[in-house]
Amino acid sequence: MSINWDFIINSIPLYEKAAWLTLKLAFWGILISLVIGLICSVIQYFKIRILRSIVGAYIELSRNTPLLIQLYFLYFGLTKLGLTLSENTCAIIGLSFLGGSYMSEAFRGGIEAVSKSQIESGLSLGLSKIQLARYVILPQAFSFSISSIGANCIFLLKETSIVGAIAILDLMNVTKDLIGMYYQTFESLLMLVIAYLIILLPMSFLLTWLERKVRYAEFGN
Amino acid sequence: MSSEEKQPLLEIKDLYKEYDKKMVLNDIQLQINKGEVIVVLGPSGCGKSTLLRCLNGLEPIQGGEIKLRGKSLSGKDVDWQKIRQHIGMVFQNYDLFPNMTVIENILLGPIKVQKRDKNQVLMQAKELLDRVGLLDRIDAYPRQLSGGQKQRIAIVRALCMNPEIMLFDEVTASLDPEMVREVLEVILGLAKQGMTMIIVTHEMAFAQAVADRIVFLDAGNICEIAEPQEFFTDPKTERAKQFLNIFQY
Amino acid sequence: MQSSVISMVFTSQNLMRLMGGLLVTARIAFISIAIGSIAGIGFGLLMTSKSKWIKGICRLYLEIFRIIPILVWLYIVYFGITSALNIHLEGELVAMIVFSLWGTAEMGDIVRGALESLPRHQIESGRALGLGFWKLYRYVLIPQAVRRMLPGAINLATRMVKTTSLVVLIGVVEVVKVGQQIIEVSRFQVQTASLWIYGLLFILYFIICYPLSVLSKRLEAKWSN
Repeated sequence: MSINWDFIINSIPLYEKAAWLTLKLAFWGILISLVIGLICSVIQYFKIRILRSIVGAYIELSRNTPLLIQLYFLYFGLTKLGLTLSENTCAIIGLSFLGGSYMSEAFRGGIEAVSKSQIESGLSLGLSKIQLARYVILPQAFSFSISSIGANCIFLLKETSIVGAIAILDLMNVTKDLIGMYYQTFESLLMLVIAYLIILLPMSFLLTWLERKVRYAEFGN
Repeated sequence: MSSEEKQPLLEIKDLYKEYDKKMVLNDIQLQINKGEVIVVLGPSGCGKSTLLRCLNGLEPIQGGEIKLRGKSLSGKDVDWQKIRQHIGMVFQNYDLFPNMTVIENILLGPIKVQKRDKNQVLMQAKELLDRVGLLDRIDAYPRQLSGGQKQRIAIVRALCMNPEIMLFDEVTASLDPEMVREVLEVILGLAKQGMTMIIVTHEMAFAQAVADRIVFLDAGNICEIAEPQEFFTDPKTERAKQFLNIFQY
Repeated sequence: MQSSVISMVFTSQNLMRLMGGLLVTARIAFISIAIGSIAGIGFGLLMTSKSKWIKGICRLYLEIFRIIPILVWLYIVYFGITSALNIHLEGELVAMIVFSLWGTAEMGDIVRGALESLPRHQIESGRALGLGFWKLYRYVLIPQAVRRMLPGAINLATRMVKTTSLVVLIGVVEVVKVGQQIIEVSRFQVQTASLWIYGLLFILYFIICYPLSVLSKRLEAKWSN
């Protein structure tokens, strides 16, 4: 089997464009997920009534259903009620709906990992609940949860591969189109894998590095 | 003598405490005068630590009363945040905040809670650090310090709030033996300066040296209150005798 | 009005067809989870091997599956392998192959984590009792490791069930595809058919996954001490 290099070179701009789109969708999805996650974990931490049950229900719904169905429901279902959303908006909403609960769980895990004696030690200095959160709990919780936040970022980046299902010309659909039109199956798939590796590998290394840095540097050493 | 001086600094009356319907502390009566050092002794699980935690509002009590300078600390409208500024506490596991340097740990309470002047607190902190021999570690992070050093910093952190009374909860229990001494010496120094303290410990020789009175707790009840000399040579109760025998080979 | 709309979409015939689709989904999930679990235990044991080479190769296998999205794997096997070998594979078979390989990798890592988290003195005291390799595993390590890995394994199963939804994208006629067919047929009479069908699918997946994730959490809480 010989590789059709011309085809590969010609397809680069297509993949480049799709990769940027994937990155853009993932960027907004991750950012909004972090915001949703933070809000949810604050609501759970302060045990705000009613809101707390809503957050609980949201987390279970989001974590126990596939992104594909969430996207279909948003894009094909809700739009039938008169709500018109562009494909990209739908993708970002879907990724955020999914990611928000994962981020919230990551923050919650971090908060729970702060030992009870640290909290008591802060209380014994007369810190208020908000001061305790700001100076003692959140900085430590953040460093505890950084590795799961990182894992969630990679998870969401990978999940963007599914947005092609709602007619977005992402890496998956570019590949599918090229296979369908030119039968250059091997080359198209090779480009697809390379594109994802270019996006995901640096991200994965970056997070390993960041994790190490936050763990050790921030707390001295 | 004025009535101000006669009033005990801390007064515990009929204190009752339970966990899940199980009695932990019962019928505790104790008065602590200004400048007094009380050492609480007793077998594991007798409620010593719980007693200290009740005094700092970390555990709710189900009966009786605790009074600081005659003011009751029971009831729902008690502002523990304010009271804790007058009652310093040091814990077994030091619990310095790992995300802050030594000096940040020390300044947090005085500046954020008490809103005191930073330069003034900094001076006090440096003086205290110097006294415990750790002025050179002022910018270190807790993980760069030994257990004994961390515990001395934790004591400075509590002292910097200018508390009227200090609670020590088994502060040497998780230290390596060679580090116990440096921490105990700091506490002995405080006693000499007239700091009011309640100390829970398993170090018998230290208890004898530092205490004005020994309180012996067993199964949630105070069995005996005595001066150290008397307690260690001639305990009145059978339980105290048994307890002391364990420490003698 | 609303109820008549619902009855037009959810006719008994349509519901039967959806159940048929669900059966295909369940078949893919069940077989993949079964193969992944069994092969994953072997793979996990391999991962705790002392040989650096074996460890390295296992790690590579795991990371390759972790870094590349599952949908890309489905494409690679569905379009790539079939064209390279010039054979035709049904989407359902492709899904089972990919999910089994992926499940093996992830399950292996769970097993490895569980085995490595066992305290060393357990192994040493087992040896001290004169237990041989197999007996050590059989009586000492495996019973304890099972407790440590079961919550993670159930979690993985939940993830695999959710991922089965992707097989519609490689042309398998399963529950999502059947849903789409129903939408196609009834959309002229019932404009909001897609809302109802996708809503139902959403609930269906939730009904399957939620109990699993609750079970996993309970076991984790129960066995964490």
